[in-house]
Parts: sequence; structure tokens; C-alpha cells
Amino acid sequence: MSRLRDKLEAGEFVVTGEVAPPKGADLASMHAAVDILAPHCDALNVTDNQGATLHLSSLAASKAILDRGVEPIFQQTCRDRNRLALQSDLLAAWSLGLENVLMVTGDDPRAGDHPNAKGVFDLDSTQLAQVAVGMNEGRDMMGHELKGATGFYIGGAMFPEAEPWDVQLARTEQKIEAGIRFFQTQAVFDMDKLERAVEAVRPLGAKIIASVLVIKSPGVIRFVNEHLAGLMIPDAIADRIRSAADPAEEAVLLAAEQVREIRQIADGVHVMPLGLDLAIGRILGEG
Amino acid sequence: MIITRPRDWSRIIENLESIGARRVFLMGCGQCATVAHTGGEPELRETAERLGEAGYEVTGWTVGEVTCHLNGTKLERRKHQEAIDAADAVLVLACGAGVQTTADAIAKPVFPGLESLFLGTVIRNGVFEERCQTCGDCVLDKTAGICPVTTCPKGLLNGPCGGMWNGMCEVLTDRECTHVRIRKRLAEQGRTGKGTLAPKDFSTALKPGAVNIRDRKDER
Repeated sequence: MSRLRDKLEAGEFVVTGEVAPPKGADLASMHAAVDILAPHCDALNVTDNQGATLHLSSLAASKAILDRGVEPIFQQTCRDRNRLALQSDLLAAWSLGLENVLMVTGDDPRAGDHPNAKGVFDLDSTQLAQVAVGMNEGRDMMGHELKGATGFYIGGAMFPEAEPWDVQLARTEQKIEAGIRFFQTQAVFDMDKLERAVEAVRPLGAKIIASVLVIKSPGVIRFVNEHLAGLMIPDAIADRIRSAADPAEEAVLLAAEQVREIRQIADGVHVMPLGLDLAIGRILGEG
Repeated sequence: MIITRPRDWSRIIENLESIGARRVFLMGCGQCATVAHTGGEPELRETAERLGEAGYEVTGWTVGEVTCHLNGTKLERRKHQEAIDAADAVLVLACGAGVQTTADAIAKPVFPGLESLFLGTVIRNGVFEERCQTCGDCVLDKTAGICPVTTCPKGLLNGPCGGMWNGMCEVLTDRECTHVRIRKRLAEQGRTGKGTLAPKDFSTALKPGAVNIRDRKDER
């Protein structure tokens, strides 16, 4: 059973982390990260060719961490597969014991390491969520009956700080209507905006897991602000890291403060330690 | 209209050299390629001059009225039969449809002089933007007359995606996000835009497309 679903639906605060499958066939580095993060987390996201760069598949990597006794959140982007492949992989995921799925659009191929690739986007993330809902009810997207239904806990992405807010809110409502039960947000820096998002989403019955990005160095600020779509680190936070004697230590302190605030506001926290994996206990305030 | 750009000159020369052509007939188009300034009279004169400088003989040229119209292009061939007969090859300054119609109408090696780019809108003279994919499954009724299939770089029907920032597109960062534009215009018109647009029916866009309006009359 999905521990993520059980805890969230029981109103308990959850902690999620994130691992990237390797670029290559050797899982050792991913497992090393899993072993550090998993004891602190209810579930770990497994990214799907993140940044439109080639990695081992999320499906295989999710199964590998499940076999290690850790609950994965299988991420599916719409960029690399058409509706046949997406559905086929969803069926595969369920048959392998993967219960949590996160549906995202996916970065444009032009942003990645195969810029000449064709972006598929046969379905978008909302349509994909609807497909998974249908599979939970025992049918494919054409309405044909499946031999064995799935039982996915379906998540989506949310962007509490992206303006215009009315567009974001309408989009979030659309996703909930499509069947998304929990959201994992883009990194949050402005807790007022997170509060605004939680207040809007809670009455609709969906859960929000807010993300904390550990900004370990000024280089991360540059990378995020210049290369990551849909995210900007505000000046006040950037200045705090840049002017710190020990930026990595300051990043851990900052992340711990953010986690404390998020515990008061949201349904869970998603930690992206960005290499400072060993600090996860301190970031989560585990003493 | 179909937006075109001149084909790389080196490729044109390479094509002519591949069959040892020395004498060339030029075919333009009085429609899209004329408006796009790629296959009208000025461009044909310029191409003829350039071919002359490169040592080719231009036996004649014409701007077909609608070069993608098979019967019209056959008529054009009859008007210029002598010059065409004298040529080793025909270079067509029209879209790919015009090139193929010319190749069907004229029994000579036919080469493209342009690259066909997209179905576009003339924003102003010389400025063209892609607006339609000719997908055969129009959603403009639901998207306030803004095509997400074409103008969202990811072609998402439901958006915005997570890359949108301050209303701007993730991929084309100097452009407003298509889905923000759609939602704004729907709101301005008092339309809700609620619900999720269903996945597209790609069977309507299977290649090659063919329409026979005579059959359609029979169905009525």
C-alpha cells in the first residue's frame, strides 16, 4: 500500500525527497543517494529524463528503489512517449508495484542534451492524469476494458509563485478536476504565496507538498535563475547565500527555516538537497 | 499562406550539377511565394541573373498564377513549351506543393528553389508567423481563437506548463505564454474555459491528406 497516500489522506505531514536515475546502467550512485535520503522520507521521487537529458528510465529506477525497500514516486513526463507508450508504462508500473505517479509536462527537448529530439507531447499532464484515473477504473483511454485495473495515487506539479496567479489557480483547479490528488510544488521561497495556494487547494480536497531547494552555492543561484524554467531565486535569499562565510552551511540553515514554516502551512515537504544529502536530517529539524 | 525561404544556393547548384544541367527554366508562383517575396517576379529576375553569372543559360521563366494548381501549371507549360523544351532542368521558386505540381506537369528534372516552412499569417509585409498546423481537428472554438497546437512550442492543449514565468513562455522567452493569452482572452469575453480539452485526434492528420469535394457533394 502507498504510505504516501495513507499518511496524506490521514492528514499526517509527509516528507518526500528526490533521486535522479543515472546516466548509464550503473545504479550505484543512485542507490547511495537513496540510502542517505530514504530513512528521512516517506517516499522518493524518481525523475524522468529530467531537464530533457538522457537518463536511465524512471520506471526501471523506481522499481530498483522499491526493491531496496523504499517507496518511489514514479514520475512520468509527456515529452518522450505517445499515448500508447504512456499507458503501456503505466500498466507496467502498476504490475511492478509502483503506486505513486507524478504527471508532469516535461522540459522542452531544446533545453536538454538531445536538442534535435522531437518533443512528443501527444498528451499533456492533465490528460495523462485523466488516463490514469481511467486505468484505476479499469479502462484505457479509448474506454476499452483492461484485464486488471490499476490503483494509482496520482500527483501533479504546482507553481505557487508563478504569476499570473489567477491563471495558476485555474490550472490547478483543472488538474484537481482531472483527478490529481496531491501536488508537489516548484521550490517555494515566499511562504505567503504558499499559504495562498494551500488555502485555495485544500477545500478542493487535494494535498500540497511544498518543495525546498537547498541553495548550496552562488553557482546554484546562477544556474537556477539562468537555466531553470519556471523558477527564480529572489534577491533577498540570493544575497543571504552569496554573502555567507560558508554558503553551504547557510543553505542548510535557510532550508531548515523553510521546512519549519512549511510544516505549519502545507501537507508535506519535498526536499531537494542538491548534493547536500547528508544534511537532510538537520534540514528536516530532526535534532 | 505557405511561408517559404530561398533554398541554400549551394544546394541548388549541387542539384543542377548532379544531372549536368546547363540550361534552366524558372517557375515562380503568383500566390504565397509572391507575397513571401521568394518566388515572384523580382525573385525570378534575380535568380535568373545569378544563374547567368554562374554560367547557366536561363531559357525562360514564368510566374505561374497558382503553381500548385495542376491544370493551371499545365497551361503555363503550354505557353512556354519552347523555352521548357530547350531546358535541361526546371527550378521552381514555389512551395513543395508547387514543385510537385510542376514535376507532374513538366516531364523534365524539376528542382526546388525554396524551402517550405509553415502555414503562416502575414503580420505585416515581410513578417510571417506560424498559426496553423492544418491538423484537421480544430480547437480554436475552445481556445479563444488562439491555436495552442501551433503557438505553444510543446503543443499542449491544456496549460500553462511549469515553465511559464510572469506570463511568459519557457521556450520562447520573449513571447507571452499561449495558455496565459488563451485564458486572458476567454476571461475578457466572459467565457470560463473550465474543463480539460480532450486529447487530440491525430488520425485526422495522417499523411497523405486527400479531399475530394465531388464525393462530398454526393454525401449531402
